[in-house]
Amino acid sequence: MVVKDVINNIPENLIIKKNVAMIDATGVYYRDLNSLLRSLDGNGIEKIEICNVYGQRYIGTDLDGHIKIDVYGTPGNDLGAFMKGANITVHGNVQDACGNTMDHGQIVVHGRAGDLVGHSMRGGKIFIRDDAGYRVGIHMKEYLDKRPTIVIGGTAQDFLGEYMAGGVLVVLGLNMKEKVHNARFVGTGMHGGTMYIRGEVRHLGEEVEVTDLKEEDYRVLKSLVDEYCSYYGLDAEKILESKFNKLIPVSSRPYGNLYAY
Amino acid sequence: MKSYVSPEYIVERDQDRCIRCKVCVNQCSYDTHYYDEEDDILHSRNENCVNCQRCATFCPTQAITIRENPNHYRSNANWTQEAIVGIKKQAETGGVVLTGMGCDKPNLTYWDRLLLNASQVTNPSIDPLREPMELRTYIGSKPDKLDLEMVEGNGVVLKTKLAPQLRLETPIMFSAMSYGSISLNVHKSLARAASEAGTFYNTGEGGLEKSLYKYGDHVIVQVASGRFGVHPDYLDAGAAIEIKIGQGAKPGIGGHLPGEKVSAEISKTRMIPLGTDALSPAPQHDIYSIEDLRQLIYALKEATDYTKPVFVKIAAVHNSAAIASGIVRAGADAVVLDGVRGGTGAAPRIIRDNVGIPIEMALASVDQRLRDEGIRNQASVIAAGGFRSSADVLKAIALGADAVYIATAALVSLGCTVCQKCYTGKCPWGIATTDLWLTKRINPDIGAKRLAGLLRGWSLEIMEMMGGMGINAIESVRGNRLLLRGVGLTDTELKILGVRMVGE
Repeated sequence: MVVKDVINNIPENLIIKKNVAMIDATGVYYRDLNSLLRSLDGNGIEKIEICNVYGQRYIGTDLDGHIKIDVYGTPGNDLGAFMKGANITVHGNVQDACGNTMDHGQIVVHGRAGDLVGHSMRGGKIFIRDDAGYRVGIHMKEYLDKRPTIVIGGTAQDFLGEYMAGGVLVVLGLNMKEKVHNARFVGTGMHGGTMYIRGEVRHLGEEVEVTDLKEEDYRVLKSLVDEYCSYYGLDAEKILESKFNKLIPVSSRPYGNLYAY
Repeated sequence: MKSYVSPEYIVERDQDRCIRCKVCVNQCSYDTHYYDEEDDILHSRNENCVNCQRCATFCPTQAITIRENPNHYRSNANWTQEAIVGIKKQAETGGVVLTGMGCDKPNLTYWDRLLLNASQVTNPSIDPLREPMELRTYIGSKPDKLDLEMVEGNGVVLKTKLAPQLRLETPIMFSAMSYGSISLNVHKSLARAASEAGTFYNTGEGGLEKSLYKYGDHVIVQVASGRFGVHPDYLDAGAAIEIKIGQGAKPGIGGHLPGEKVSAEISKTRMIPLGTDALSPAPQHDIYSIEDLRQLIYALKEATDYTKPVFVKIAAVHNSAAIASGIVRAGADAVVLDGVRGGTGAAPRIIRDNVGIPIEMALASVDQRLRDEGIRNQASVIAAGGFRSSADVLKAIALGADAVYIATAALVSLGCTVCQKCYTGKCPWGIATTDLWLTKRINPDIGAKRLAGLLRGWSLEIMEMMGGMGINAIESVRGNRLLLRGVGLTDTELKILGVRMVGE
């Protein structure tokens, strides 16, 4: 086993079977947990299962490979911050700033998320099964083939897509108690990217324009909803039957005429 | 609407000297000069002139003189020219008055009211030309105590694991200026000069251009609210990471690089589409508290496996001392303080000239606060904001800084004349522009030489001043306020600076 050569003293809370590592994170400090993940990364391990996660931060940060991580429990803030390729599945809820400034990779959450999902995200995909908090997708941006994507299954709170500069943000509004998305200031300062929202939004930012979806939009949306449903065993066709609104920025230069030269 | 604003400057051309070579026409990016073919004569559009002195410097016969327009409004100490012109401009545009560089108002500089000591008789001065003199210093968190161990055959060995440190051969670094606010050739010049001089240059918030990754050992990469060009490779490339919370020229506000400046090259490094505004929000939206700051500091430490110091930069404001204490306790390896005279590529003039406090006061109070709390060793303190000379640098170190950041002085060494029009993006000196025709005016080979020359000159002067005080290591100057005396300062000012009056 390659890993055994690298980790001299395999800790008690780590079990390695073939290319799968299992970690019991009970009472493990986040620095020690992440250090253990780092030592497993790139050493022939293809999948890491972490059980009993209670609030450890930064899981997935600084992992190089396309390693698969299954998190059982509730990871702490900044899950996958600055992440560059790991593929994380969370069996539980996530806290704030999940996917903060994420570069590449994927996070699938079987639960709900706190604030700031995908803050300044530059690439990769995030799927949240249920609701998410405030400022989802704030300042996410795209460049050429790097196009970050967030799909929220439930609804999201105020300032959804604030300063959005690129990428795709989908909110499906499944299992909403109210008829409209309760979020206010949706897309404030938006100057790039696209939001697809199933159902109506209570209050939009000034920089946003609502339009109907075109054929190309339905193609993008369908592939994302299909992917979302594949993770959670839901019926994509039924979701796609409802009306979606497309939100785009009015201008790529929202603050062009503020100054006296 | 007819503008009521008169030209600020008058271009005078000595027609006897003028040889019609049209150098002025080609050099001016504001379209001030033009050639009248019919009459074979050069004319000027005074209203376009910003008094950058580019034409006057390059005119081969010294035929050009730029003068302030003598047509001032009636003198009035209250209703100054600037106040009246500002109102007229705003009435005509309905906009925020923009400016560039640092605050240009008088009475905000304390350096000129602080004087350094020298040895006479009782403590011999040192001649730095013939005796060893050390300007080397280390930036990073220092341990509370050192554990040493005797190892047989190896003598005393350090057991304490030290936090990552930056080694500076001179206590002067180049402060953050983003690629976009200044050109790639300026970044190249800064990177090369920093490498050569054994110091560091800061990327600012615009990312690190690919060709500059090779200078990574001498680069501080900045993470600011816009997170432009921030990705794992970028974080790995630098020797240290700086979280930018604030900037002395515009405390508390964000900014944006206007779409016109987001050229193909800039868009590549910032990783945003061509021609879109690059918005930097006022806050970092993942930081609403000291606890959140700690979260980002440690996110960056995790992202780089605890191998690099993490700085936190704030603008000097009223309660800097308490904030700095929080920053140190949040785990920063260095606190950067940027004073009210710190420069900028673009800021609302009203903010630049009215918000924030002088670096001298912020630095003295932060150093004192960290000492009082017994945590001064846990982080280095870096001062920034309008250092004009080596004396300013040495006085800052005596007030408590481990090192300083310079930016305006660095640009001045490259040709900048502090005309304060950086925000137009048309810098005739090829510095604060991304226009490829203008950026060629900075040759990185020459630029690096000029910057290295400045660092060498200031370092020599610092050694001379230290030698004069009988001190042979810069670390013996740090926080040594007995080396300073104040002149023309009130008791309160002296108390905050921790400095005695001259003659005391």
